[in-house]
Amino acid sequence: MRRDIFQAIADPTRRAIIALIAVQAMTPNALAARFETSRQAISKHLRILAECELITQEQKGREIYYVLEIEKMKEIDEWLEQYRKIWETRYSQLDELLSTMRKQEKEK
Amino acid sequence: MQMDFIVDKQAKTVSIVKDFAAGLDLVWDAYTRAELLDQWWAPKPWMSRTKVLDFRVGGRRFYAMVSPEGDERWAIQKYTSITPKTNFKLFNAFADEHENPELPGSEWDLNFSEQDGTTKVSVSIHNESLERMERMIEMGFKEGTMMQLKNLEELLKSLQ
Repeated sequence: MRRDIFQAIADPTRRAIIALIAVQAMTPNALAARFETSRQAISKHLRILAECELITQEQKGREIYYVLEIEKMKEIDEWLEQYRKIWETRYSQLDELLSTMRKQEKEK
Repeated sequence: MQMDFIVDKQAKTVSIVKDFAAGLDLVWDAYTRAELLDQWWAPKPWMSRTKVLDFRVGGRRFYAMVSPEGDERWAIQKYTSITPKTNFKLFNAFADEHENPELPGSEWDLNFSEQDGTTKVSVSIHNESLERMERMIEMGFKEGTMMQLKNLEELLKSLQ
């Protein structure tokens, strides 16, 4: 099943995980130590993030580290930014129109 | 004037809040009359062409966004609730040129209020799936609006 990337980052714990591993790659144990929830719960969050390809695993010696996939994060930001831009353009056009209409009203 | 763009991923809702330097009557007209809507709705160089606008509950706006090359992207906005000069709600869906809707659509809730000659409009758009919104952008706005990516730090700040 394909995971919805936006669902993935809707969860506050998953957002916190992302924020942590954005700073540095971390092992599952080190991550779990930062949260009060169970190790199992953190594993589940990590699995969801991995399924969304937001994070990947890297083997370093004996340990597995989780690494943030920055490109994937950028994708989300990019399309939201485009949507914002559409509204910004639309509304600057409306600002202009309203100002023209007000001038015309005064002239009447 | 400043525009606020708020994304609530959990609620699958995007809210756009904006103040306009004009009275409520004028702003309300700009949202509900075809000849006015067509002057601002489509981000340039796209054009908005409204074929039908029947502003009453159960009525609809059937319009196209037209690209500079003449490509048309049709959409239907069906009005589901109207409280004059205060609020209206609509159901938005893409369509073909024969007015056949493509579901699922999105639910829009538009609120209007005036204070000291400034009119605040708050538009909240609820999508069944945020991926649909992604498609909305792919459907015609990708060209020319490729945005510079904000850096990761800024993104994470907004997610926290």
